[in-house]
Amino acid sequence: MTFDVARIRKDFPILERTVRDGQPLTYLDSANTSQKPRQVLDTLADFYERHNANIHRATHQLGEEATAAYEGARATVAGFIGAAEPAEVVFTKNVSEGINLVAYSMSNASAAGQHGRFALGPGDEIVITEMEHHSNIVPWQLLCQRTGATLRWFGVTQEGRLDVSNVDDLITGRTKLVALAHQSNVLGTINPVRAIADRAHAAGALVLVDAAQSVPHMPVDVAALGADFLGFTGHKMCGPTGIGVLWGRRELLEEMPPFLGGGEMIEDVRMERSTFAPPPHKFEAGTMPIAEAPTLAAAIGYLTEVGLPALREYEHGLVTHALEALREIDGLRILGPAEPVDRGAAISFTVEGVHPHDMSQVLDERGIAVRAGHHCAWPLHRAMGVQASTRASFYLYNTHEEADALAEGIREAQRFFGVGGG
Amino acid sequence: MRLESLYQEIILDHYRHPHHAGLREPFDAEVRHVNPVCGDEVTLRVTLKDSDAGPVVADVSYDALGCSISQASTSVLADLLIGRTVSEGMKVNDEFLALMQSQGEGEPDEDVLGDAVAFAGVSKYPARIKCALLAWMAWKDATAQAMVRQ
Repeated sequence: MTFDVARIRKDFPILERTVRDGQPLTYLDSANTSQKPRQVLDTLADFYERHNANIHRATHQLGEEATAAYEGARATVAGFIGAAEPAEVVFTKNVSEGINLVAYSMSNASAAGQHGRFALGPGDEIVITEMEHHSNIVPWQLLCQRTGATLRWFGVTQEGRLDVSNVDDLITGRTKLVALAHQSNVLGTINPVRAIADRAHAAGALVLVDAAQSVPHMPVDVAALGADFLGFTGHKMCGPTGIGVLWGRRELLEEMPPFLGGGEMIEDVRMERSTFAPPPHKFEAGTMPIAEAPTLAAAIGYLTEVGLPALREYEHGLVTHALEALREIDGLRILGPAEPVDRGAAISFTVEGVHPHDMSQVLDERGIAVRAGHHCAWPLHRAMGVQASTRASFYLYNTHEEADALAEGIREAQRFFGVGGG
Repeated sequence: MRLESLYQEIILDHYRHPHHAGLREPFDAEVRHVNPVCGDEVTLRVTLKDSDAGPVVADVSYDALGCSISQASTSVLADLLIGRTVSEGMKVNDEFLALMQSQGEGEPDEDVLGDAVAFAGVSKYPARIKCALLAWMAWKDATAQAMVRQ
């Protein structure tokens, strides 16, 4: 099947609406959250209209159907990312929760006086990168504060690539875990995860990959990446909010202490102490986002039908075009790789004399939705020497004409604020 | 054009040529406030002096990084509040806060708010209200600290 953007756009009802007094919507904020196709919306409604019940505990037909839909979604996710088995897929609220799950499990192991790969203490190190989203920074800062371990990080080059020049100094026998983004949510940079994972494993460290920005846009195989844990979220990949995935290798999930305690995650509860269910249920306390699971599976089905390789190729052309259009604008600086090599569909930029907030206001006035600010990556912005940026992020439903509209909108902002070549 | 109603000429003037900018000494209190949504920040100093009518704002000096709305708002604040008593200043502050929370329905009193009436349009844009309020919150915080020290 060839990639037909006009046909794809028809699947997304929201793209038909207008904003700001009748302007057509140009949605360039998909790295923030993506829009949802009709097929996904219908699945959510169908679940609530026909199959709604709690899972694993209802002994009636609806309960069986709901459980089958939820567990079926787990199997769909497992197949989508190349997991060895569905039990390696833990449903979470989002990527932040998945990362916190690993971090809190590690501090629970440390507090229980356990030894081995999950227990941390003074002298141990966690390694992250300067280009992480706050959700892959703050949980590790907190973990280090709780355990006395040390946080270290890879820097970023001015071109927006990971600076791996000091990898030998950073990843050592003291490293317990390396956590990094597969693709930067600001720069679009795709990181050399496999190479870093190999170094980490040679040093005896675990590897957690934040794949929030990659899984929606390219085929991702957890084994090929060399990850031990990998997190992504439904709402950035045409799926619903409220559900994310933490994939972990089975033997690790078996060994890890639980994170959240509560219903459904137990094996036996006595007043003195409890024992826990095997993974993945050990990590799914309380009533989970039930309807969202089959809805996420529908999003995976949608992306699979479109074809991720075809999607990636289309986006590559789109980003190449957008980068060319933006590079022609005087005073515009692209943060991150200016060439479409090992980079995804998020383009952040600054424009001399126009603050990102003002830029996004002018663009919004033209119906163009972008994000302005530090995009939950404040350290990265400081490293790039800017206070904030404007980010346009593209997805399968965006067009070359929309990239042109962005460039024209930027020029309009320059005219409005009286700067630049116009 | 909606843009012109948001970005009134007064706002753009203050943005391009901010009044009372820079950090000056002496000062009674200094605060640094940030808008965690966008990273805008202001470092703001307040100097008070005594008068028969109570403490007076002798100076407001600042170093601000941010968008046109936050920069202009800081400049207008310094214009409005320098020379006023603290209690008058707090009233202006309350009036400005009320205007920002008015969702575009406010009828600002120009006698109280002066150039700050130009920000009325900002109240229609929920994402920008924090930009306009950044310096005002900082001034209130710094002034409260300066009062305690006095």
